[in-house]
Amino acid sequence: MAATDAVLPPGRPLRMKLDRDAWTKRAVMIVIGLYLVAALALPLYTMMSKSFTTYRFDLTRYEFQVDDGAGNWGPVVSAQALNDQLGVFAADDLRASSDSRLAPTKLFPDFSFRSPVKYRIRGLGNAPFLVGLDLKRGGDWVELDSNTFRRVNFRPVTARGLGNYITYFSSPTLVGSIANSLTIAVISTIVTIGVAFGVAYALSRSAMPFKGFFRLAMVLPILVPSLLPGIALIYLFGNQGFLKDWLFGASIYGPLGIVIGSVFFTLPHALIIISTALSISDQRHYEAAESLRASGWRTFWTVTVPGARYGLISAAFVVFTLVITDFGLPKVVGGQYNVLAVDIYKQVIGQQNFEMGAVVSVVLLIPAIFAFVVDRMVTRRQVSLLSARSVPYQPKANRRADTIAFLWCALTAIFVIGILATCQFAALVKFWPYDLTLSLKNYAFNRMDGGGWASYGNSLTLASATAIAGAVIVFAGAYMVEKTEGFAAGRNLFHFLAMLPMAVPGLVLGLAYIFFFNDPSNPLNSIYGTMAILVICTVTHFYTVAHLTALTALKQMDREFEPVAASLHQPFHKLFFRVTLPVCLPAVLDIFIYLFVNAMTTVSAVVFLYSAHTQLASVAVLNMDDAGDVAPAAAMGMMIFYTNVAARLIHAAVSRGLLAKTQAWRVR
Amino acid sequence: MDAQVAKNDYLTIAGLWKNFGDFTALRDVSLTVREGEFVCFLGPSGCGKTTLLRAIAGLDLQTRGEIRQGDRDISTLPPSQRDYGIVFQSYALFPNLTIEKNIAFGLENTRRPKAEIAARVTELLQLVGLPAQAKKYPAQLSGGQQQRIALARAIAINPGLLLLDEPLSALDAKVRVHLRHEIKELQRKLGVTTIMVTHDQEEALSMADRIVVMNHGVIEQVGTPTEVYRHPQTLFVADFIGETNKLPAKVAEGGKIAVGDTEFRCGRHGLAVGAEAVAVIRPVDIIPHGAGAPSEDMPAGTGGHENLIDAHVEDIEFLGAFWRVRLSAARLGDRILVADFSINAVRRLNIAPGVDMQIELPQERLLVYPKGA
Repeated sequence: MAATDAVLPPGRPLRMKLDRDAWTKRAVMIVIGLYLVAALALPLYTMMSKSFTTYRFDLTRYEFQVDDGAGNWGPVVSAQALNDQLGVFAADDLRASSDSRLAPTKLFPDFSFRSPVKYRIRGLGNAPFLVGLDLKRGGDWVELDSNTFRRVNFRPVTARGLGNYITYFSSPTLVGSIANSLTIAVISTIVTIGVAFGVAYALSRSAMPFKGFFRLAMVLPILVPSLLPGIALIYLFGNQGFLKDWLFGASIYGPLGIVIGSVFFTLPHALIIISTALSISDQRHYEAAESLRASGWRTFWTVTVPGARYGLISAAFVVFTLVITDFGLPKVVGGQYNVLAVDIYKQVIGQQNFEMGAVVSVVLLIPAIFAFVVDRMVTRRQVSLLSARSVPYQPKANRRADTIAFLWCALTAIFVIGILATCQFAALVKFWPYDLTLSLKNYAFNRMDGGGWASYGNSLTLASATAIAGAVIVFAGAYMVEKTEGFAAGRNLFHFLAMLPMAVPGLVLGLAYIFFFNDPSNPLNSIYGTMAILVICTVTHFYTVAHLTALTALKQMDREFEPVAASLHQPFHKLFFRVTLPVCLPAVLDIFIYLFVNAMTTVSAVVFLYSAHTQLASVAVLNMDDAGDVAPAAAMGMMIFYTNVAARLIHAAVSRGLLAKTQAWRVR
Repeated sequence: MDAQVAKNDYLTIAGLWKNFGDFTALRDVSLTVREGEFVCFLGPSGCGKTTLLRAIAGLDLQTRGEIRQGDRDISTLPPSQRDYGIVFQSYALFPNLTIEKNIAFGLENTRRPKAEIAARVTELLQLVGLPAQAKKYPAQLSGGQQQRIALARAIAINPGLLLLDEPLSALDAKVRVHLRHEIKELQRKLGVTTIMVTHDQEEALSMADRIVVMNHGVIEQVGTPTEVYRHPQTLFVADFIGETNKLPAKVAEGGKIAVGDTEFRCGRHGLAVGAEAVAVIRPVDIIPHGAGAPSEDMPAGTGGHENLIDAHVEDIEFLGAFWRVRLSAARLGDRILVADFSINAVRRLNIAPGVDMQIELPQERLLVYPKGA
């Protein structure tokens, strides 16, 4: 009976006939995949290619003929020849950006727009030039009178190459930012991880009081824009700061301010990761250590730290990435200390040098992608130390240790709450630090730059739209990736696209959007300057964490639900809406609030993309601060804070209500 | 079982292959299941039994080969277009739906009136013996109850084929034995053609009309439980189902087999004289005799009692229903044989550690297989 010598008959492997469900799932996945391609891959590609695009004026490719005023044309002469003769344009003048113009009238010393002399001009090899607003190309002579010739401008020709990179790396101020960025990122990471580990350790391993309060206080920074601590630090330690003397003459403007502010806004992220790592500890390991008479110190280094090591590494890379890609904080408190993220902003907004902005973006992408890859590798290694039989750790009271733990947490909480309180206080006084009477004048946003109260309304719109659209897109995408049979290549590609946003700094994404969507030949050009592009950009920017949340929830679903539903001849959407979605509702709500809070606070992803009608509260904080209206900036920052607190509370209430209704089955 | 002989072939599998990369999970498998039959796929883990079931369900498409159900070629149809109900080891009950909603899941969307669906659900709950549980959620039921609900859900749509993927292996022993009978009973009542995957030979022996024993992606034997147990066609089947003593042997002349320097009469086999072989005998098939009886000098296989040898009791172990006795026999090269003797026999023959006795390896129970993989 055993036919072990049989060989596989020749032919192609069989393929399953696809039913309507399979086609629908694939179609939905492809649609969301195309969304990610259009909202992520193509913009990034465009930006990359722009960083290799150089512009310069090529004088050899323009030729002129001048008449004598009586209809007799002189000899054909090239612009290059004229310039060689006269030396009007130096080599530097011929370097250009995509928008540069160069007026050829300078090549004719005796040019006068009133003279009757006529000019002919042509561009060889499709060299472009403007006559007024008319773009001309090509070798046909264009004949112009003096008055019109005055309005002729050369346009640069494009070339591809490493020119921008060469310029970048030969400019010491720009290259210096690399070292600056790395320095502050490394220092901030070390400090944040130290502080966060202390707090997480105190929360999980001590018997100190007020744990609930500390837990709550430490996550508050996640609810404000990253530039808010910068404003608070300026109030406290700036030129007119209350506590300026505490710095012994050091300046808060620069690396010191960036590091302190970075510790503030990255603390919750580090704390959440490290707490999770520490919470998967097994009481039995500690009992074993105790029975072996290991000292507390030894237990700490042989049980606690190794158990949390992947969490620590992961937290370190997350903090590193957040700091190095953050732009709001160094913008506000960085002073003359240049970092990569601010360089991008300066190149784009200050100098309109988009290509150089793209080069800095590519430079910034390298550490971000490196940190992302390492983090993914570490996360994959992290195996659950917690088996079903593990006993959760129960801390025992220890007076000395508990006191130290309490002090550590109290100091950290004072730091966090102090920063927020400073902002709130500064927002409510008339004129810091000279007139400390309370007033609401700083809330008269309509009298300041930055878009006024309308920008706050826009932020609410953006956050709501991002949360709703994002939750739908992300969860649907994750479902199709997780629950589609076969189609492995498509699913892997989708998964890659979904993970990519984590590695892309917000500013880089924003700049990529300018290149991609602001191109008139792009059919999607019409969304440029609208709320839609802000929503798309924000959903894309925060896609990865939301995607992973959805995947985790979906992976906990029984893999056999789909086969069962198919065997009962029920369409997948019935299963999806009756079972999958209700069971995953807590995860969907988490995605919703995550997107909402981040859309309220984000600056970097949208700072290049808002228009006059779509100014945002978080950007208004930046712009008011820039314009010197620091107190209103603090006031707006706190508005964002309270909005996010309210959103969180509503989320908690709605979750509880919905869960009571839809998750009754969880109770035995 | 006679009733089933007359029945038609219902599921036909022909030349089925399944490759996962370089690994061949199914190798040229062919099988026919008759209408109304209860068939068990039995084998160790990794033998391909679940892969075969999933191919029949359309969950893992085979690389080559044809599957016909009734008069339909279902080889490449998606699961939704096949006609079966399935029960998984995990039950896969929808946790947020009540028991009645779970069972009604497949009945909706069929333009049936609500009252009819409700009646059908009640009927099914009666059928699986859980009429009072309709409003509860799955998590409120025990494992055995959940399994019965999963079964009710699977048969709700009157499928032509019922597929059971290790349905009992997550349950504790007592519930498992109880549910075995219930499932078998239900299957007989409904007359639905059923395929069950299991690695538990007892389960297969007690429930199946026919057992398909699989190993390394091939079918080793198809037969009724008694056929498979009494007449295993391969060494693997003999070894996998029930317990065996395996003795290295060589085929001798005259329908005999040589173990060490002793020749025994043995069951029929197709091996050439001189071939290396394995002689197999089950512990329960070894017959005990008292010391010296019937005749000590009679060479084995020449007299009234064939295949009789001297043995020495090394130790004995009481296993409740019988005694397990470990014996050494000088004529088998002091190889240890395991034998199961009844409590009566042990008492009657005074079998105890250190006692010398005689044992008989009956000719028709001494099975011979070629040596090899």
